[in-house]
Amino acid sequence: MSRDTSYDSIMSRKNEIMKKAVGIDYTEFEREGVVFDYEGMMKKTGYELNQVREIEKKTSVGDTPVYELKNLTKLARKIGGRGKGARIFLKDEAANPSGSFKARRAAVSVYHAKKLGYKGVVAATSGNYGAAVASQAAMQGLKCIIIQECYDSEGKGQPEIIEKARKCEAYGAEVIQLTVGPELFYTFLKVLDETGYFNASLYTPFGVAGIETLGYELATWFRENENKDPDVVVVTNAGGGNLTGTARGLLKSGATNTTIIGASVDLTGLHMASDNQFNKKSFTTGHTGFGVPFSTNPDRSDVPRSAARPLRYMDRYVTVSQGEVFYMTEAMAMIEGLERGPAGNTSVTAAFNLATQMDEDKIIVVQETEYTGAGKHVSAQLSFARENGISIEIGDPVNQVPGKNIILPKHPSLIKAKELDMMKLKKSYIKNLKTDKGFSDDEIKFIAEEIRLSEEEVKRIIEEM
Amino acid sequence: MIARKGDWVRIHNIVLEPDKRASHVPDDTKKCPLEMWVKGYLVNEEACIDDRVTVRTYIGREIEGTLIEVNPSYQHTFGDYIPELSYIGNQLRAILGGEDSE
Repeated sequence: MSRDTSYDSIMSRKNEIMKKAVGIDYTEFEREGVVFDYEGMMKKTGYELNQVREIEKKTSVGDTPVYELKNLTKLARKIGGRGKGARIFLKDEAANPSGSFKARRAAVSVYHAKKLGYKGVVAATSGNYGAAVASQAAMQGLKCIIIQECYDSEGKGQPEIIEKARKCEAYGAEVIQLTVGPELFYTFLKVLDETGYFNASLYTPFGVAGIETLGYELATWFRENENKDPDVVVVTNAGGGNLTGTARGLLKSGATNTTIIGASVDLTGLHMASDNQFNKKSFTTGHTGFGVPFSTNPDRSDVPRSAARPLRYMDRYVTVSQGEVFYMTEAMAMIEGLERGPAGNTSVTAAFNLATQMDEDKIIVVQETEYTGAGKHVSAQLSFARENGISIEIGDPVNQVPGKNIILPKHPSLIKAKELDMMKLKKSYIKNLKTDKGFSDDEIKFIAEEIRLSEEEVKRIIEEM
Repeated sequence: MIARKGDWVRIHNIVLEPDKRASHVPDDTKKCPLEMWVKGYLVNEEACIDDRVTVRTYIGREIEGTLIEVNPSYQHTFGDYIPELSYIGNQLRAILGGEDSE
């Protein structure tokens, strides 16, 4: 007898399907009300840092090179003025097998799936993670299905996403491409239900544990080569796993004084589930459309409890504009000799501006890059933007309106990382907990840990709301 | 065009009709069906474009859909030449090549 695969039936069996597909009983970590045992979940179902290093070594993931961006630093010093201009370093994660840091997450997820006896892995992603899972599945001998949100209702596809589909297919994955909409989740669940494969979610403890090695490698490299920990690490922030994993790795390595700054491309005003607006953006990840909602409501992901909880680790959060990132991508190629994908250069752009404000003896690190190629390239993205009615200008990026124009800064001194109000994000987090009966002491304590405030501050915010 | 058994083809499906879309999607999205594309080897002996067919995907799953393309290829490129980008390299080299250039 075939099972009912209608929308209602699949959605009503969501929890059962998920439990089978990740092999984690999340209820085990649930406590009173909004509380759950985050560290317990990470410990019990995750892997220790050393184990993760061993797993990643098996497929030559990680241990990527670190570059000092000397020309960019020189430029930051000219703009910053006397005594300013921190040294800018970059960890070249494009050197991973699938071309991005996502190979770290995929290596652990696929290893875990294989260990538990799953025949295949499924991931819902339009980004580099798809290629990473497909590549790891090919290496470790599992089948792979990638589900992408790719086209608008006219069948017009984002070049960056089409390129990722190509890469997944090159690694022998089945790629299911969909039009815009959150019901992608239905197709995802249906595929999990039909195949019995593992959900290689970005948000499981395995997915996040995979990135902890990145933080560890940074701490180790800087101690060996510069005799100190990085002063600042800038992380491109979308779903929050990159930031969470990197920060946890740094902390586990004892780099407790390193400031963690999240950076996203500002796409304010564009609705991520809108068919009309889907192709008005030039960045399909690393933007505020993911970064802000996933920070303030981490459990909106595809597992019941997300291991990616950026507000636990983020000291500051800045945004940059699309035009600034394109300028910096061009700059990276022209003065640093590093041609990399635009989305990964989001944090380079932020780091450049931050460096101009920091003292010249400080170290600021960009912790990832991604591969570039057809579709994933400045000229491909700008051509696509122009086709979709976006004007391309040279001027002051402060005048950018996402979905209307892209402004390339007419001078590098116009590149400015905009500070997001962390307190506002923390308040949104509390608002998103949506409870009308007030919070117990244990809940207050948990919230305080989640958003890094004192219990008194949390209480005060709740009273004011 | 006639596709034969074993040909690499692309199929299309409607996953959800507009009236079945989730309640929380924006209005413009709600007007459109949720569509899906996938590639695989044709299972039917023969088929024409627009026929309902079955394909076996690269990992061996069988999926039904409407045949839309035979030997589908990738058409994405590096895009057009973008004149607006051309100042950046020279501008930066000029700034860096000033009085304290090596």
